[in-house]
Amino acid sequence: MAGPARTLFEKVWDDHVVAQEPGSPAVLYIDLHLVHEVTSPQAFSGLAARGLKVRRPEKTVATMDHSIPTIPGGLAVVDDQARAQLKMLESNCASNGVTLHGIGAARQGIVHVMGPELGLTQPGFTIVCGDSHTSTHGAFGALAFGIGTSEVEHVLATQCLLARKPRTFEVRVDGQLPPGVTAKDIILAFIARVGVGGATGFVLAYTGEAITALDIEGRMTVCNMSIEAGARAGMIAPDDTTFSYLAGREHAPAGKEWDKAVARWRTLPSDASAVWDRSMTLDAARLEPMITYGTNPGMGAGVNDPVPDPADFSDANERAALEKALKYMDIQPGKPLAGRAVDVVFLGSCTNSRISDLRAAASIFDGRKVAPGVRAMVVPGSQAVKRQAEAEGLDKVFKAAGAEWREPGCSMCIAMNGDQLSPGQLAVSTSNRNFEGRQGKGGRTVLASPLTAAAAAVTGKVTDPRTLLAGGGK
Amino acid sequence: MTYEAPRFTTLTARTVALPRNDVDTDQIIPARFLKVTDKLGLGQKLFCDWRYLENGSDNPDFPLNRPDAQGAQVLLAGVNFGCGSSREHAPWALVGWGLRAVVAISFADIFKGNALKNGLLPVAIEPAEHAALMAARGKDSGLEVTIDLDKQTIRWNEQSASFPVDGFSKKCLLQGVDELGYLLNFTKQVEAYEQRRR
Repeated sequence: MAGPARTLFEKVWDDHVVAQEPGSPAVLYIDLHLVHEVTSPQAFSGLAARGLKVRRPEKTVATMDHSIPTIPGGLAVVDDQARAQLKMLESNCASNGVTLHGIGAARQGIVHVMGPELGLTQPGFTIVCGDSHTSTHGAFGALAFGIGTSEVEHVLATQCLLARKPRTFEVRVDGQLPPGVTAKDIILAFIARVGVGGATGFVLAYTGEAITALDIEGRMTVCNMSIEAGARAGMIAPDDTTFSYLAGREHAPAGKEWDKAVARWRTLPSDASAVWDRSMTLDAARLEPMITYGTNPGMGAGVNDPVPDPADFSDANERAALEKALKYMDIQPGKPLAGRAVDVVFLGSCTNSRISDLRAAASIFDGRKVAPGVRAMVVPGSQAVKRQAEAEGLDKVFKAAGAEWREPGCSMCIAMNGDQLSPGQLAVSTSNRNFEGRQGKGGRTVLASPLTAAAAAVTGKVTDPRTLLAGGGK
Repeated sequence: MTYEAPRFTTLTARTVALPRNDVDTDQIIPARFLKVTDKLGLGQKLFCDWRYLENGSDNPDFPLNRPDAQGAQVLLAGVNFGCGSSREHAPWALVGWGLRAVVAISFADIFKGNALKNGLLPVAIEPAEHAALMAARGKDSGLEVTIDLDKQTIRWNEQSASFPVDGFSKKCLLQGVDELGYLLNFTKQVEAYEQRRR
């Protein structure tokens, strides 16, 4: 029966091709369609205009996350336009029989935090959402990618997508991470190396000792930012770490079905002789806590490394882009960013708002105070994360330090809900994009890990978190 | 059930140059304008934070505000245009402003797909040809280009360049094929697939 050696990606892809006409894209079956308020209204309207309904409501799950407030009060405290959009999601879900975890619901959360928590995200699945960070779910060995609203409509109507097969790109991370260096630093280092468009057209496969050593939440952080290198999807082979996370979750298989599922999932990892279209290797032992200094996620460096100097670039376009970015950021080239004063620290987003992220941040906040003049916001990724953090007393640690403890949502990562920077403010943020104005018009974003963000909060400046670990610096 | 799919065959139009790399969809249409439930009016917010000054008036230095940009239907951009968020509001805003094509050295994946579905043609050409086109636009602010989708060429002055396009997307745009309609034709195969996997 043994066919040609295949990668994890190829196995999942092959398993979901319903049909393919010569010269046309594949009709790819979608196992899970996640929906949120911002990218779905026009899709539901298009569906209704054709007289169609959602084909598989049981494979479609909705939440509210992008434009909701992170202060208590729910719909009563959002602006009229956002309220209309949220109400439209409610009515679209109700009329199509789609489960919605709305504001205040026990399972509400950022779509890429909620799906895995509920056990909706499973190895070998195809998963889509009108959101580019859908790549997060690849941490479970799923093929998961973001789509536009037209495609949201296609999936609602047919449970399928038209898709061309991407090429494969192995990112192998050998060795062990040093203390204080985390999953976020791996992915920021990779993007800095390959560039913000360097993986366009590929699906990434993260492999190697440092990847398999990550817990499932760290793997989600890595896969989450695949899109920031231009790759629509990133995948990690499922293993016992994956299975033990999934066991017992609400939508995970149970009983005999569980045993059958695990047996199936164990066949998913890439065959030993499978071939990648492209490969790159990183050495985990040489990685440092990473920060970004520019206006896209590829403009990153070690926290103690000098910020690159435009004068060192021979390509005129690259030089101009870096000059423009540094001017926007008000950052001087040639010296490290460590020591730069910060105004805001944002801990949250689909990249880093899970319980392990909050524990890491709390380990820095514990016994310390947010530096004078700094605003620190902690926004859990879901109601479940919030409950867990409160059960562990993490909320008390944050509040005692002087940080804000918020309701779950996308919040200042995308700045649609009023949580935003003022012009000129500099934030160290655990989110995923440092584009101009992303966290508020005129705001400046430095991307970093939860440890590095928390270190910035308590020192008031960009700081190597290793100086605060294990009791140092208290 | 009728649905009018976008079409693109040929286009001869003036150009507007935005010679920047890695223009992300947050610049094309900032997130605070994504609270809409339709596709209308986004053209007014296109490149909002670059296009308008603090007081809301036009930024005279921004290319789209210059007199020679008025009526232009082809945007000339740089490398990796449309990176970042999957928001289809980006092509809706570009089309809303009046654009029918974007010429660049490369495009981000999701943006490219979204653009094609809205009749906004992504035209990726080689760096040397791109440089020649940009230079021609620099010399002649009224430069017109002719884009022929069937032939997959873009012509200006006496020069021309070819560009790649997915064969299926090309057919859809040339013939006005509705992609969802095409997908719905596979309903029987989808049902069989679902049965098989049960």
